[in-house]
This record gives sequence, structure tokens and C-alpha cells, in this order.
Amino acid sequence: MIAFEGVTKRFGPWVAVDDVSFTVEDGAFCVLIGPSGSGKSTLLKTVNRLVVPDAGTVRIDGEDIAALPAEELRRRMGYVIQSVGLFPHWTVERNIATVPSLLGWPKARVRDRVIALMELLHLDPERFRGAFPHQLSGGQQQRVGVARALAAEPRILLMDEPFSALDPITRGTLQAELATIHRQTGTTIVFVTHDMDEALKLADRIAVLDHGRLVQHAAPRDILARPAGDLVRDLVGREEWGLKRLAVETAGERARPANGGVPDGEPLPGDTPLRRALSEMVSRGTDRLAVVDEQGRPAGVLHLGDLVRP
Amino acid sequence: MRGGGLRLVFAALALAALVLGMPLLKPLFATLYPALERPFYEGDSFLALTADHLALVGVSSLAAVLAGVVAGILVTRPAGAEFRGVVEAVATMGQTFPPVAVLALAVPAMGFGPVPALIALTLYALLPVVENTVAGLEGVPDAVLESARGLGMRPAEILWRVELPLAAPVILAGVRTAVVINVGTAAIASTVGVKTLGLPIIIGLNGANQAYVIQGAAVVAALALVLDLGFERLTAALSRWRRV
Repeated sequence: MIAFEGVTKRFGPWVAVDDVSFTVEDGAFCVLIGPSGSGKSTLLKTVNRLVVPDAGTVRIDGEDIAALPAEELRRRMGYVIQSVGLFPHWTVERNIATVPSLLGWPKARVRDRVIALMELLHLDPERFRGAFPHQLSGGQQQRVGVARALAAEPRILLMDEPFSALDPITRGTLQAELATIHRQTGTTIVFVTHDMDEALKLADRIAVLDHGRLVQHAAPRDILARPAGDLVRDLVGREEWGLKRLAVETAGERARPANGGVPDGEPLPGDTPLRRALSEMVSRGTDRLAVVDEQGRPAGVLHLGDLVRP
Repeated sequence: MRGGGLRLVFAALALAALVLGMPLLKPLFATLYPALERPFYEGDSFLALTADHLALVGVSSLAAVLAGVVAGILVTRPAGAEFRGVVEAVATMGQTFPPVAVLALAVPAMGFGPVPALIALTLYALLPVVENTVAGLEGVPDAVLESARGLGMRPAEILWRVELPLAAPVILAGVRTAVVINVGTAAIASTVGVKTLGLPIIIGLNGANQAYVIQGAAVVAALALVLDLGFERLTAALSRWRRV
């Protein structure tokens, strides 16, 4: 659990973070969002003490992090940044092994962990272990960056716009993989972005910041349903509000019982966002789709009308 | 890569042949300078002169590298940033002040011998080392430093594992410049009684003996070339990862 208590940070006369208080629960995926200069990155960096607040406290599991040696604190968390920052003179393997090596893990354990992480991030160990960062594409580099952050099995992962510099397809793939990793490991993730679609896709809690102040802290669908003020409405996007709303609910939640037959065509998994479901309807030219559960068993039918039901 | 190694081997062989085989060239110099009574320098063996010359260059360069790299590291730390101007000014003065003038000033204070020469050469070699150390350390990308800190490396770990290895090729380029310049400049130490390859050159200049000058200068030039190629190989080895 990460608790921000009245955190304030000034750079000269400029207040970057202004008296922010909220709590990130264990295992949460918390996205900090806001326009440039809203203080979201600065707030993120107070968690690993790359930024030291001028006032207020950050606690992890109740413990004031100011009381811990900074390096020890950082080795317990993963950190991923937009510009990746891999060590260019080290191989992929050595980059991923950075924190385990600092912690003095035995060599065999480090090697096994590196291979497991490369497989988790879909990087062929045989092909990439001995490669240097400059030989990799941007997406592959950030995969290594995420693997490096996860190497010492941190309970907290801090990510500062990690996918913003990637092309949309790579970004989408990495977002999906990160969501899977979050589900599998239960790591608490604090993730900074300025992209509301990314936030809605990944977050279970969204904290909206503006001029250093916390404007709203709520679940994605509450942010959409009750945006607190014009800034949040703008971030949500007035024109595409409906589509964003569809992005946070799943086909399984809105499907109705299949009375009287299941429509033809490839069924949708129940966890498909409604936005995807709408897109499928348009592209297949149909107004109803079969829905299946995780085991592939029939779970009902989704009608076009179900999407607009309040 | 192979070509570079081969060039170094050839240059080293040429240097060895020149140093050891100089006496064999006696008839050549006798033919080229028939007017000279002694067309071949025989005061010392060229091997001994080369060894003394190298020792002077080695000690002064080592001192300059140690002082220069340490100063370069200190002024790029947050705590030492305010000394940066002073250090760079001292290094620049060391280079703009002619070594001959340093010798002229140092000898009355310290007497003849290797000490004034070492001081003059060390000061002269300081600037490229300091400048390149600062440039190399400042060239380490911010993102790399941020992730090193964010992953929990201590300042000393960041310096040794990240900053210095990444800055090494640039620092080494400064050392290379310093050493090659010093090979040439060390010759003037013979004006204050230190045995170097400059001795035949200075005696030759004083006695209008061009043959002596050529003999000393040829070995100095060959030595500089060998060291330059050696540093080229070392730089290549330290930045191998760039070319994979």
C-alpha cells in the first residue's frame, strides 16, 4: 500500500505537486493522468525518492520512506521510464540482471530469472540474451526495460509514460502484456500517462492531476460517469465520451441469456471491451454477437441495443 | 579491426629496427653529410635514450591522467560543480604556458634534472585529459543516469559501472592526445640536462649537425606513431559493444 499524505513539491517559485493525498491499495493498477506540467511524473518520483517532497509524507505499508536508505528503497521497486535508459554497454542479459546483481543473488538464480523474464516479455532468450540495446527495436528495448524493472520481483512497479514513444501497434501489444503481467503477479503498479485511452484500458484507479493538485481519484467508470470538472471532461474527450464509456465495460457484463439460438460467427470472449464488441458488429455487419466465458462455454448474446442501455 | 592490429605490429617493428639498427645507417649518414666530421650520434645508444624518453613521458602522462581524470570526475559531481571553472582555467593555463617557459622558471627553483621536466610535461598534458574526462562524463545520456539511480545504484556504482565505462573512449582520446604531444615535447627536457631522444637533436642544433637532428627526430616520430596506434587499438577494444 502506498499512501501520499499532503505531498508538496516546489521547484523555485513553481509548485509542481500541491498537497496531494490519496492511497494506492496493494495490487492496484493506479494511473496518474494529467496534462503536461500537472505534476504527475514528479509525484511518481516521490515514491522512489528521485524527488524528495518539500512537505508531506509518502508511506509504503505504513512506513515513512524518508526513513529508509534511498538505494535500498529503490531496489525494492521497479522503475520504467519513457526513454527506457538501458545501459548501452551491457548486453540484454546483464541489463535485466542489474538489480539482482546489486542485491548479490547467486549467479544461477540470476540466470534463471533473466530467462523467465525474457519469456514473460516475449523476447527469445537465445536470440536476444547476448544482444546490445542498440541492436533492438524501440519496442524490444522497452520490453527489456520492463523485464529489468521486474527482475528482483518488486512488489511495486513505477512506470513513467513507458509506452508513449512507441508506435500504436507496439504500444497496444505492450499494454495488453502489462495487463496480463499485472493480473499474474499482483504487483502494485503506479503508471503515469497523458493518454486517457491508455488509462481507461489499464487502470483500476485513475488519479487526475492538474497544476499539481489532485482533481479526482476514482475507478475508470466513475471518472467517465461523474467527471469532476472541465479538465476531467476534456481528458475524457467530450466527443468520444461514449466510446470511452464502452471501453471500460465488457461484453460479458452486458450480454443477455441466449433465448432462442446463438448467432453465427466467431464468439467473443466475455472480457472483450464493449468498444471492441461494437467494432466487431460494424465490421461483421451484424447487430448481435455470441459471447463465451473463459473456458469457451456459451455465456449469452450481446445485442446492439445492449450497448446503449444506461 | 585486424588491419589496425597489423598496422600497430608493423609500426612497432619499424621502431625497434630504427632504435636497434641505427648504427647500421652510419654509412648512409656519412654519404649524405660528407662535410660532417662525426655524422653519427654516438654519445649514448639510441636504446638507452628511447628508454629514458619513454620513462619521462610515462611518468608525466601518468601523473597528468591521474590528476586530470580525478579532477574531471570531481567537477562533474554535484558537490564539485563550483570548482569546474577553476579546474578548467588551470588546465588551460597549463597548456597555453609554453613548456620551455615552465622549464626556464622551474630550473632556478629546483635545479637541473628530471623534476622540472616532469612538472612542465605534466602541466602540458593536463588539458586534453581534463577536457575529455568532463566531456565524456557529460555525454552519458540522462535517461541512462536516471534509470541507474532509479534502479538503486549508489553514486559510486553509477560512476564505476556506468559513467566511466561509457566515457572511457572519450577519456582515452584525451589521454592519447596528451601522450602523443608529450612524446614530442619531452625532447626539450634535454635542454635542462635530462637524457631523452632530444639530446641528439639539441646537440645537433647547437653544433649545426643536421645528421644528429634527423637521427633523434626519426626515433621520436616513430615512437609517437607507435603509441598513437596503440591507443587506437585500446579505444577500439573499450568500445567494442558499439560495433556489434
